[in-house]
Amino acid sequence: MSDVAERVKKIVVEHLGVEAAQVKEEAKFIDDLGADSLDTVELVMAFEEEFSIEIPDDAAEKIQTVGDAINFITSNSKS
Amino acid sequence: MFDLTGKCALVTGASGGIGGAIARALHAQGATVTLSGTRAEALEQLKASLGERTHVVAAKMDDAADIERLAKEAEAAMGKIDILVNNAGITRDNISMRMKDEEWEKVLQVNLTGTFRLTRAAMRGMMRRRFGRVINITSIVGVTGNPGQANYAAAKAGLIGMSKSLAQELASRAITVNCIAPGFIATPMTDVLTDDQKKTILGRVPADRLGTPEEIAAGVVYLASEEAAYVTGQTLHINGGMAMI
Repeated sequence: MSDVAERVKKIVVEHLGVEAAQVKEEAKFIDDLGADSLDTVELVMAFEEEFSIEIPDDAAEKIQTVGDAINFITSNSKS
Repeated sequence: MFDLTGKCALVTGASGGIGGAIARALHAQGATVTLSGTRAEALEQLKASLGERTHVVAAKMDDAADIERLAKEAEAAMGKIDILVNNAGITRDNISMRMKDEEWEKVLQVNLTGTFRLTRAAMRGMMRRRFGRVINITSIVGVTGNPGQANYAAAKAGLIGMSKSLAQELASRAITVNCIAPGFIATPMTDVLTDDQKKTILGRVPADRLGTPEEIAAGVVYLASEEAAYVTGQTLHINGGMAMI
């Protein structure tokens, strides 16, 4: 779990160019971290690559916070 | 200028007159090309004449699953799709009073919906690599209209609006989306016109001749190039002065 969280946060920091301290689990990608809608698509693509999973569109739409991403990946991840 | 070495291009409708010329021109600039179309034999012949750096993936543009497969197989064959030329198109001409729903729907399905689906499928890799060139072959009639072609004109006008929207969505990722609008070009599609029809058309073309597929292909090479990175959401009209927009 903590490993997933760390990897997720690292991707968010790298992709959105935000400070690690801002990337709290309750932080919303769009409202709090300044992502645009295309960024959220790219984040999902990056998560898919990092964790070798597929995130279907309807699930991706529900991933709005850092915590949402960590939870989804934790419960769907093979690695 | 306009060197495409190392770039990978997917051209639909490559078995047709304009599509074949586009594939040749991109290949000549150094690109690896995947030829798509419905006539596998014609595609294989073109592949044989181009030689190395050429792949063939036949597909039907009115079939959503086939379009998905095309994008996947083209990506697998070349490693990536940098340049997507949506050139596949059909006509089912008829005056509107007589136009059947099937004629309308088929033309919209292939020319507009198919183009959208394939572009959507190719977009993901382009976004990841921060490079992409989408070039949609529309038509002068998408801007001017043409009697007997309500379906074709609607689909081609639709491509222009779609391209402008995609261009805005993707510009920040260094992906450009543009259209080329050919006027009357000497191809099998215009060969079916009678001499009288051709004469009437030429009366409206200041250049006083039909265009060639190579003249369209040259525009594609430009829009596909690194040099055209700042051109997006545009429609390049190549029509001998037939319409100045």
